[in-house]
Amino acid sequence: MPENLFTWSTLAPATAEISLAVAICVVLLVDVFAGVRSRVITPTLTLLAVAVCAALTVQYGRVGEHTVLLHGMYVVDELAYVLKLVGFLVVAVVLLYSRAYLEERGIMRGEYYVLALTALLGIFVLVSASNLLTVYLGVELLALSVYALVAFDRDSGVAAESAMKYFVLGAIASGALLYGMSLLYGLTGTLELSELAVRLSGPMSLGVILGLVFIVVAVAFKLGAVPFHMWLPDVYEGAPTSVTLFIGTVPKLAYFALALRLLAQGLAGTTLEWTQMLIPLAVLTLVVGNVVAIVQTNLKRMLAYSTIANVGFIVLGFVAGTPDGYAAALYYTLVYVLAALGSFGVILLASRKGFEADRLDDYKGLYRRDPLLALAMMLLMFSTAGVPPLVGFWAKLRIFQALWETHHLWLVIIAAAMSVVGAFYYLRVIKLMYFDDPPTELPATAAATGVRVTLAVNAAAVLLLGVLPAPLLNLCTRLLH
Amino acid sequence: MHGLLSILIWLPIAAGALILVLGDRNIAIARWLALVASLAALGFSVPLWSHFDATTSALQFLEKLPWIPRFNAYYALGIDGIALPLIVLTTFMTVPVVIAAWTVIEKRPAQYFAAFLIMEGLMIGVFSATDALLFYFFWEAMLIPMFLIIGIWGGPRRVYATLKFFLYTFLGSVFMLTALIYMYVKGGSYSIADLQALPLSLVEQRWIFCAFLLAFAVKVPMWPVHTWLPDAHVEAPTGGSVILAAVMLKMGGYGFLRFSLPITPDASRELDVLVISLSLIAVVYIGFVALVQQDMKKLIAYSSIAHMGFVTLGAFVVYQIVRNTGGVVGAGMGLDGAMVQMVSHGLISGALFLCVGVLYDRMHSRQIADYGGVVNTMPVFAAFMVLFALANTGLPGTSGFVGEFLVIIASFRASFWYSFLAAVTLVLGAAYTLWLVKRVVYGPVTSPRVAALKDLNGREFLVLGALALAVIGVGVWPAPLLKVMQPTIHHLVSQAIATKL
Repeated sequence: MPENLFTWSTLAPATAEISLAVAICVVLLVDVFAGVRSRVITPTLTLLAVAVCAALTVQYGRVGEHTVLLHGMYVVDELAYVLKLVGFLVVAVVLLYSRAYLEERGIMRGEYYVLALTALLGIFVLVSASNLLTVYLGVELLALSVYALVAFDRDSGVAAESAMKYFVLGAIASGALLYGMSLLYGLTGTLELSELAVRLSGPMSLGVILGLVFIVVAVAFKLGAVPFHMWLPDVYEGAPTSVTLFIGTVPKLAYFALALRLLAQGLAGTTLEWTQMLIPLAVLTLVVGNVVAIVQTNLKRMLAYSTIANVGFIVLGFVAGTPDGYAAALYYTLVYVLAALGSFGVILLASRKGFEADRLDDYKGLYRRDPLLALAMMLLMFSTAGVPPLVGFWAKLRIFQALWETHHLWLVIIAAAMSVVGAFYYLRVIKLMYFDDPPTELPATAAATGVRVTLAVNAAAVLLLGVLPAPLLNLCTRLLH
Repeated sequence: MHGLLSILIWLPIAAGALILVLGDRNIAIARWLALVASLAALGFSVPLWSHFDATTSALQFLEKLPWIPRFNAYYALGIDGIALPLIVLTTFMTVPVVIAAWTVIEKRPAQYFAAFLIMEGLMIGVFSATDALLFYFFWEAMLIPMFLIIGIWGGPRRVYATLKFFLYTFLGSVFMLTALIYMYVKGGSYSIADLQALPLSLVEQRWIFCAFLLAFAVKVPMWPVHTWLPDAHVEAPTGGSVILAAVMLKMGGYGFLRFSLPITPDASRELDVLVISLSLIAVVYIGFVALVQQDMKKLIAYSSIAHMGFVTLGAFVVYQIVRNTGGVVGAGMGLDGAMVQMVSHGLISGALFLCVGVLYDRMHSRQIADYGGVVNTMPVFAAFMVLFALANTGLPGTSGFVGEFLVIIASFRASFWYSFLAAVTLVLGAAYTLWLVKRVVYGPVTSPRVAALKDLNGREFLVLGALALAVIGVGVWPAPLLKVMQPTIHHLVSQAIATKL
């Protein structure tokens, strides 16, 4: 087997990663040598590269069944394939939304694009990991790219502070992850997730539980579950909005995969243990996220707490501990990413040079200034609040259903009550945009047509997937069965 | 007439979307489009009524398309004798709302018309869905346009009112949703007929009953979760109040008849005294509260709560009647009364809110104290107002009489005290309504502003005239309405008194 390890036929399933790695090098080199023109060339080239990589992945990277490569380090299944394509799409939209923002603030540099792509590569590695080392490699590649992204507006003190916080806390989480992994390795003698699942069955020793605790902590940190959420509001608020948009969307796919690969697949034998640990995390996350969001005055910070609240729902999907629950969590993640993409996109489009549009009061009377932005934001907010006919409703319904199927009566009641609390602060944004009069001094919005069309499509998708939810629901179920 | 229900749902929604696209710049076209769409919906409800087979309780005008195979949920529509009158009421009441707003709404008129048309489609969807998930989909989607209607075109405290409205109803509905999901997980289907047939233990039924009660009681609204209604009514624009009172409150009553009684019959039997007590408190206590109101809209809003108390009373006395008489004879009368009361209250309260709207458009005040002697300057208007006020007190010959009379007779079979307390409303209702009329309409002209009032214009006359005809029509000859409902009510009684244990 080793002799034909690196032939085209064996590596074809990894087309996504290979082409993306090549693209990163190309973008980096072109950016360096393009000089002044790099401002124009790099964004376009990056989008082009993402499109080409996605096309290559569709052409060559498609696998019918579960394929393990590179001595069990790397796995490609349909879930990984779909998550990678979604990753390409989301990154492309993120880059589209952020271009004008970066240009206006004079931070249009190649690094943003290169780091976004390396983060995406980290996500792909994580999504396809089938070995604890690959998991760690993916986590770190993603995390380091994102730390740098947060700090990349180097003249901004707030951004630097956020990046420091993120880095220090993130390093602790990485340490916890690594420590947990080392305990598991020491006790089982394997790093491979599928092998780990086999060896960890039957009664658990204290050491395994200890390792499990560290891994759960690390996953909770990455997802932003309470009480490991402290970094999230500060980073969301402090980072440039284009970066907040990035970290608020694409990495969520990866962290879903992290939880799935580690807990649901590698540690499947300890499902009973880790679901017990996740229950208090989920409840705390739902309560803190929703309640604290109410008192925010900064929209980015409010959306950060809203992220935390939504993470609570994703964790609830894992609490169910069944393939159906994981499918619910995947569906919720995809829906959340779609909505977050639009909401942060609106903030980007509403902002101008010298006007960040990140305070809630900046949205007063947005309807008068820009009906399209306001309409899009309204749909996105109603969706996140879980009101039909928008797609967010189905995501919540799916989680409730998974919880009923596993007889978690109290969790259903708490989640239902918290979604009512959550509705309040989403409605407040709509209230500001539609019911209040605009202060006179606010500048008009003037985003480019292409970006506006993207946003309109984004919001329309939230409505369309809400009216006809069957295809995406079926896809998520199929991917996890 | 295949697909008639789909047309009734989607035609107004499509027209509403088109009006949104046209925008305020093409308001003249948008206005006519809104009128044509609402008239078309009314027109399509004529064949709905005439092709309806009133000899069976089976669902009719069935449509069924796969919607979400994952949840075994269908886009399934169909109506029976209790859905049909409410759908016709919806299409009938939307037309006056559109006409009444013709030139009155100055702020973003296109969106106003669009919101009401979309509402109309969603409300018809609620009444015609035979799949619980589809029902919930429409039920909740309706909150969005209503939230915007109160919030954008409402009065000074509109933000408070609309948030309260939304959160109250959302809270109630979310628990209904969890109950529906529970039953789906248990039975594997969201079809309402399957849910009605699903065997449930008494404990399960109690929980589900309470979840439904929360959702429907907020919507009806029943005491003590009624407090959102006066706020919402006072702050909503005229059209919003009309639709809220005429149709949206009926959804709570409809929910009790469609879900609570057939799905949880044993819990309903066990807890009927709870619902009846709450209804009687609404009838009596809220009647007193209405008496002291200074604001016309608030007074009518409280009167709505009292009148809707009759609906829930009529729906739940059925158990006590069966207990007393040991048979089902006459048990359906309370339900008949509840249904007639819903239709009648829809017409009367809608008309009264339109009357207040007529005055408000001229004087920009809803305070009773600002009026007096309106009859001297607006005699035609005064005639209508007095007619609707008398209908509101339950005068024989108007629709208000039929519903209340049926419910009171039915409750007499259940218990003397039920009917005694229910009958108190005849006194209280007369007191607050007639006192309102006395202070607003009669007496000498009290202020120069009243002296300057102009009587109804043609548009307003048309609207109030049509409603007056409907109120008297149902009052004098309720037989067609009762006949349409009869088989369905019979079937409902048998479902409600059957046991699932």
